[in-house]
Amino acid sequence: MSDIKKLKDEFLHKLNAALNIESINQIKSELFGKKGKISNSFKNLGSLPTEERKKFASDLNFVKDELQEKINKKIQEIEIKEINSKLENEKVDVTLPERNIVQGKIHPVSQVIDEISSIFSEIGFSVEEGPDVENEHYNFTALNTPDNHPARDMHDTFYLDDKKELLLRTHTSPVQVRTMLKGKPPFKIIAPGRTYRSDSDQTHAPMFHQVEGLHIDKNVNMGHLKGCLNYFIKSFFEVDKIKMRFRPSHFPFTEPSAEVDIGYELKDGKIVIGEGDKWLEILGCGMVHPNVLKNVKINPDKYQGYAFGIGIDRLAMLKYGINDLRAFFETDYRWLNHFGFDPLDVPSNYRGLSR
Amino acid sequence: MKFTIDWLKEHLDTKLKDNQIIEKLTDVGLEVESFEKVSSDLDNFKVAKIINAEQHPNADKLKVCDVDIGEQNTVKVVCGAPNAKKDLLTVYARPGSVIPKNNMKLTVSKIRGVTSYGMLCSESELNLSDESDGIKELKSNKYSDKVGKNFFKNNTEKVIDLSITPNRPDCLGVRGVARDLAAAGVGKLKNISNMKIKNSETQKIKVSITKDKNQGCTIFGSCLIKDVTNKESPKWLKDKIISLGQKPISAIVDITNYVMLDLNRPLHAYDSDKIDKEIIVRNSEKGETFEALDNKKYKLDNDMCVISDKSGVLGLGGIIGGTRSGTEFNTKNILLESAYFLPRSIRKTSKLLNIDTDAKFRFERGIDPQSIEIGLDKAAQLITKICGGKVSKFDVQSIRKIKKNKIKFKISLFEKIAGFKIKDKEVIKILIDLGFKVSKKKSELELTIPTWRPDITQPIDIVEEIVRIKGYNNIKILEPEKNKIKDTLNKQQKLFHFLQRSVASKGYFETVTWSFTDSKINNFFKENYKEIKIVNPISSDLDVLRNSIFPNLAFYLKKNLDRGFRDISLYEIGPIFKDNKPGEQLTIIGGIKSGKISRLNWNEQNRLVDVFDAKKDTIQTLIEAGYDRQSLFIREKSPSYYHPGKSGSVYLDKDDIDPVAYFGEIHPNIIKKLDIKTEALVGFEIYLDYLKDKKLKLKDSKSKFQFSDYQKSDRDFAFVVDKNFKAQDLIEIISSIDQSLIKSVKIFDVYEGENIPKDKKSIALNVTIQSEEKTLEESDLEKINKLIISTVETKSGAKIRS
Repeated sequence: MSDIKKLKDEFLHKLNAALNIESINQIKSELFGKKGKISNSFKNLGSLPTEERKKFASDLNFVKDELQEKINKKIQEIEIKEINSKLENEKVDVTLPERNIVQGKIHPVSQVIDEISSIFSEIGFSVEEGPDVENEHYNFTALNTPDNHPARDMHDTFYLDDKKELLLRTHTSPVQVRTMLKGKPPFKIIAPGRTYRSDSDQTHAPMFHQVEGLHIDKNVNMGHLKGCLNYFIKSFFEVDKIKMRFRPSHFPFTEPSAEVDIGYELKDGKIVIGEGDKWLEILGCGMVHPNVLKNVKINPDKYQGYAFGIGIDRLAMLKYGINDLRAFFETDYRWLNHFGFDPLDVPSNYRGLSR
Repeated sequence: MKFTIDWLKEHLDTKLKDNQIIEKLTDVGLEVESFEKVSSDLDNFKVAKIINAEQHPNADKLKVCDVDIGEQNTVKVVCGAPNAKKDLLTVYARPGSVIPKNNMKLTVSKIRGVTSYGMLCSESELNLSDESDGIKELKSNKYSDKVGKNFFKNNTEKVIDLSITPNRPDCLGVRGVARDLAAAGVGKLKNISNMKIKNSETQKIKVSITKDKNQGCTIFGSCLIKDVTNKESPKWLKDKIISLGQKPISAIVDITNYVMLDLNRPLHAYDSDKIDKEIIVRNSEKGETFEALDNKKYKLDNDMCVISDKSGVLGLGGIIGGTRSGTEFNTKNILLESAYFLPRSIRKTSKLLNIDTDAKFRFERGIDPQSIEIGLDKAAQLITKICGGKVSKFDVQSIRKIKKNKIKFKISLFEKIAGFKIKDKEVIKILIDLGFKVSKKKSELELTIPTWRPDITQPIDIVEEIVRIKGYNNIKILEPEKNKIKDTLNKQQKLFHFLQRSVASKGYFETVTWSFTDSKINNFFKENYKEIKIVNPISSDLDVLRNSIFPNLAFYLKKNLDRGFRDISLYEIGPIFKDNKPGEQLTIIGGIKSGKISRLNWNEQNRLVDVFDAKKDTIQTLIEAGYDRQSLFIREKSPSYYHPGKSGSVYLDKDDIDPVAYFGEIHPNIIKKLDIKTEALVGFEIYLDYLKDKKLKLKDSKSKFQFSDYQKSDRDFAFVVDKNFKAQDLIEIISSIDQSLIKSVKIFDVYEGENIPKDKKSIALNVTIQSEEKTLEESDLEKINKLIISTVETKSGAKIRS
């Protein structure tokens, strides 16, 4: 018994004094090596009288554990000390710049198209597309704008042949025709895309973007049209209340037709959409003309509905305070960087349209 | 369409204030563009004070005056008036102003070597009196504090400018506007005074309308007015004409214009003494010519509707008159024409000859065929009142009866379309106010459409009339239903949106450029596609549809390089065109990258962008979009605008014929020819249309999750192969030896040079070997090692490097 205690005291003392890993390893092998003191003591166990053996073994194990633990602790202490002293020499200037960041950008038109799609998705619209090159039938005639109709002059059309049969679509409305021809009612679609008019000045670009909307069913009336647009405009501009005004107008492919103004006010030179007392025209719409329905083989006595066309670029300008339409298409790296969106910033219903 | 409130009130009895009228115009669909005073030429005449008057250095009778015109600096004016002297208050006319007396437009000019800015005016020059001996002297007690102010008061009334949609020709006349307002409750439409003038004499010039095929004229009304004295219009008429921004010409012309603006009834006045015997309304013959009132000579085609006499064409009916029979101040006898021309004929002729006139604009949209005599009557009254003369009976030739169009209208259609109800009585009142004849049969109305409304042809048009007059603000807002008929996006659209954001996430800026481009740039990139010319391009350098996504990207890259940027990554997703037919287009996502990677970074080595940057962006984008890297296959083939040795194409599968993408460095010759100043330029294109639809949705295509916990081993090899041997093939050979054991093959070094034969290269690879079933023994590994070496050597002719 006293032998074991002596052993313990002796080595605890040694360990407390030991300064480095080598000396501790030395102590370790003195104790637990093949011929170590603890190992030897266990070997002697057999020579003890049976009645003492149990107690001795238990005491020995106890001391063994205590010493073992002390050694581990000591080793850890020294290692940490060594790392700490090493770290003092590993200091860098963390104010130096990080590695180069590459951040791409999504064009505001694309972002706004995604916003629009997300909003209309909520109320059950799906997205349709059509070709940029159209023939005059889909762009005009099928939309109740025959060749001799002065409304054709409202569109400055780019033509691709001398007979003026092939052209760049002047609006997204031909997608209505194509969609209705290939399917069966009901229809509930939007069609965003590029549109073209041979018109170029500060406020007009020869190419711009429109989104067409079409909802055809058995009982869709002007109240639904108003409701749909009211919902869209509120959601798009992310405001709770808007002032909206329907004004009678004329488009050959809708009857009755309307132009829609929204209220706004100027705050510090910026347009704020909502309840101001100024009016801003933002879209054209109406009930799809029975002639258009007949042209796509739909019975206008059975089905009716509304259509609308919105200028996407203009919406983007209003929402994000962009002054110059032409800049959208001029690929100025600075402009793209300034007005572009992070690609991870995907508009959606659940996380909101914009940050 | 312009008019004043006073003019409107000649047709409309109303107590409403101006701004209420303006608001109502918008509410019924007559969009008000503006409501303001027209700036007058007379605003250029200012009260001025001569500060100093000196003798002109080169002319005895001229003086050089410094004139205070109320602005910061005085102006120098050369003046010949004897009374021009210091401190005189007078009238100054700015350069650009038109002198009332002789309609001369002032310019800045040198008079005997001294530059004169404007003019000091005499009473005669201002049309105030005949006094022309000196400049106007203004009394100082009245004018001394008015220097710089307008001399003439701008008496013009505020003018309403309406933007009239093409379906509403009736509102191209003030009366039509008044009718709409009356129907909308603004007031009461006044009756037109129907006092026809006494006309006993017959109209002696014979008029005939030939029965040509497609005759463009169906009614031709006329009257002769003899012994008129044509003169300047009286002030009230001049003011009306001026207030609309037009120029008064002579009483007769001004009156015809006035009636046109008032009733939307175009008229034409001929000098009847210049008409050779008779009027024949006929189709033109090819090659006929005439000189029109716009002083241009027109050569006609077949079948244009002309008004002619025995000597030939006098004018193009409903479009423009001719100089040969035009009225002048000395005209004594006139023939007044009031006719009906078919819109289609007018449109065709004016398009062919490229003529745009006020009359054409109106006839093209449809004139009330019943307004022939009302127009003649109103004009003849005014002419005799102002110019004197005797009016003949009206002669009306007609080859077709005026059709009264009728439609049946179920009243219930209104609510079905508009979504709200109004009383039958109100419906009927609105329609009557708009000029319809209405007879009610139970729930249906039989309507006779007014002849001035060619736009109304079917019941839906009636709905619009009622709803717009009743007011669009009565339409209720019905909350949208959220039911979905089909998915918002189809697979191809999802791919579009995914790729768009995937490429941007790699540091590219998205741009949107025109779908057309400069043919000179396009030619570098068009390959085998057909050039698609735009017949009427916006400018000569945007003359073709783009055959590739690169022309515009290259053009704008250059612009940004010129702005001082060097490391640019741009991309666009959009259409390119194969042909000029609908559908002959492809959707491409294409990017370009210039300059260096890690430029000016303190801890990373910078390097030029190269083909492997383009390749990485292409492949990574495809992987992110869900395509399996193991199946992707690379070939050297690429379009000619890429560097021939540093570009390639990507196939979804080894056996595919069409590539889904190209990548590479842009051909140095093109960079040079386009004068793009960059150190390096790479690009890629992915063809969305060729990306095969992944048939299964993600939820169905995920395979079972399997993995092995047995120990992995890595072995390195180096093979010496022919220089042309493709790394892709080497990987393929090794991978396919035993797919259950060989988990990955990575190339970590490619070496050419010392110790390697000239036509060879060394490829060093690392192979990961792992079994699904057990921990591999050293002997198993040795076996597979040997198999790898022997297989590669047999299949590729390579030698293992020892």
